[in-house]
Amino acid sequence: MTDPAWINAALVGARPQAVGALLRYFRDLDIAEEAFQEASLRALKSWPRNGPPRDPAAWLILVGRNAALDGVRKRSREADLPDEAALSDLEDVETPLAERLDGSHYRDDVLRLLFVCGHPELPATQQIALALRIVSGLSVKQIARAFLVGEAAMEQRITRAKARIAKAEVPFEAPGPAERSERLGSVAAMLYLVFNEGYSAGDGEARAQLCGEAIRLARLLLRLFPTEPEIMGLTALMLVQHARAPARYDAEGQIVLLEDQDRGLWDRKLIAEGLALIDKAIRHGAPGAYQVQAAIAALHARAPRFEDTDWFGIERLYASLERIQPSPVVTLNRAAALAKVAGPAEALAMIEPLADRLENYFHFHGARGALLLQLGREAEARTCFDRAIAQANTAAEANHIRQHLDRLTQDCARAMSAPPVATRP
Amino acid sequence: MLYALLCYNDEDMVYSWTQEEDAAVMTKIGVVKDRLVREGKLGPSLRLLPTTSATTVRKSGGEQLVIDGPYAETKEQLLGFYIIDVANLEEALAITRQLGEANPTSNYEIRPVGLYFGDERETAETTASA
Repeated sequence: MTDPAWINAALVGARPQAVGALLRYFRDLDIAEEAFQEASLRALKSWPRNGPPRDPAAWLILVGRNAALDGVRKRSREADLPDEAALSDLEDVETPLAERLDGSHYRDDVLRLLFVCGHPELPATQQIALALRIVSGLSVKQIARAFLVGEAAMEQRITRAKARIAKAEVPFEAPGPAERSERLGSVAAMLYLVFNEGYSAGDGEARAQLCGEAIRLARLLLRLFPTEPEIMGLTALMLVQHARAPARYDAEGQIVLLEDQDRGLWDRKLIAEGLALIDKAIRHGAPGAYQVQAAIAALHARAPRFEDTDWFGIERLYASLERIQPSPVVTLNRAAALAKVAGPAEALAMIEPLADRLENYFHFHGARGALLLQLGREAEARTCFDRAIAQANTAAEANHIRQHLDRLTQDCARAMSAPPVATRP
Repeated sequence: MLYALLCYNDEDMVYSWTQEEDAAVMTKIGVVKDRLVREGKLGPSLRLLPTTSATTVRKSGGEQLVIDGPYAETKEQLLGFYIIDVANLEEALAITRQLGEANPTSNYEIRPVGLYFGDERETAETTASA
């Protein structure tokens, strides 16, 4: 790694704490961002010469705060800018400051910053964009690429989100236990949105980066809140799903179904970390939606081959997820597992009542078509596959269903063993 | 003399490395490790998963408490270690410097090993089958 690379990693790593503390101090996102930007520029000058500071976040907070205050003073003509020499003594000031900024301090700062970006008043797309810009420090260009929109449009989206936040009046005092737990819940949801944005559509590099970012921030959150089973669950869920990334698309960018994936390509280190977190979470005896989803992902990850999958366990876990978080999509997934345990007829009976609510849902028609196919009801299956193609969100999804139609034409028997289960590949 | 080289680094930073940066560091470390292997100086070495996956058991009032997270909250965390077999501290220091160059932001504690038990799973298997 070249020198600028470790500096960049240090800046990225310290950014949530630093911007979070600067936001508490200035109570304004734009000023906090500018202050961090200024501190980063000075770090690029100072760190290669003096080596990395012991606590990069504390250094950046101190320098950023002073720089922003100087900016205010300069604008109001009360004082001149300090000279560069004043900044070179930072090593002395750093230690006591670092002592004051202990873990619990960062904890609420980072939580507040993430909460602001994932504010319930913001639509999902704005939450993701704002978090990537402010917390992760991705450029507008990078974010625009991930969302497949123009830079100007993305800039506008972020500006709008900031304007809403400014009006939302986020409290800046340390939150009480109830409020803290509420914030954690909404931050977890926001992180999972970021992850899904990266996970769901295509295997572009810009998208994969979003998954990595969501995991990085979840690990940070877990370090700050080490005893929260749902944060363990969320982190585990993302780790285990992301571990499959190298196997999810073929060389042509087509989706590879879970059953066809080369499990040797799965990232065992990420899976091990996910499984360790699930073990830890279970000990708390406080099940939640993320933990159950992580446990489902873990059962897939533990199976050496697709045939070894514990469908009975997965079906039971989806049943508990249905109780915790009732939703037709969860039932659809449960049915996919039920089909393996009890057969297609039972599964079809479970999903038929969902038809109204999942009318526009790609996976519903794909899964229903596959079940019908297994039951030998080919004409109905074909209709379902046609509807699925009409609802596909990506070319890869549509192509996948087309393969089923092709197989249906060529050889029904071969397609029977390969239903497009709603289980995420 | 056996030494443990305990590698410490700031997790916030290490887990902000891109995959390519991580791979680049591991490759450079690999060069140093390969040489140590050839020279017969490298024992077991390993990289730990992040401290978020850790669990700590502490005794309190005669009870063993299970606590989420690492043993100590520190700015740098123990991320892995190497066991090396060298003549003296000077040689251990020389190897540590090479590792430090391969991994520019890591810090190391050189700790002499008192008792050493190798991987005894194989022994267990032969004992069981005998």
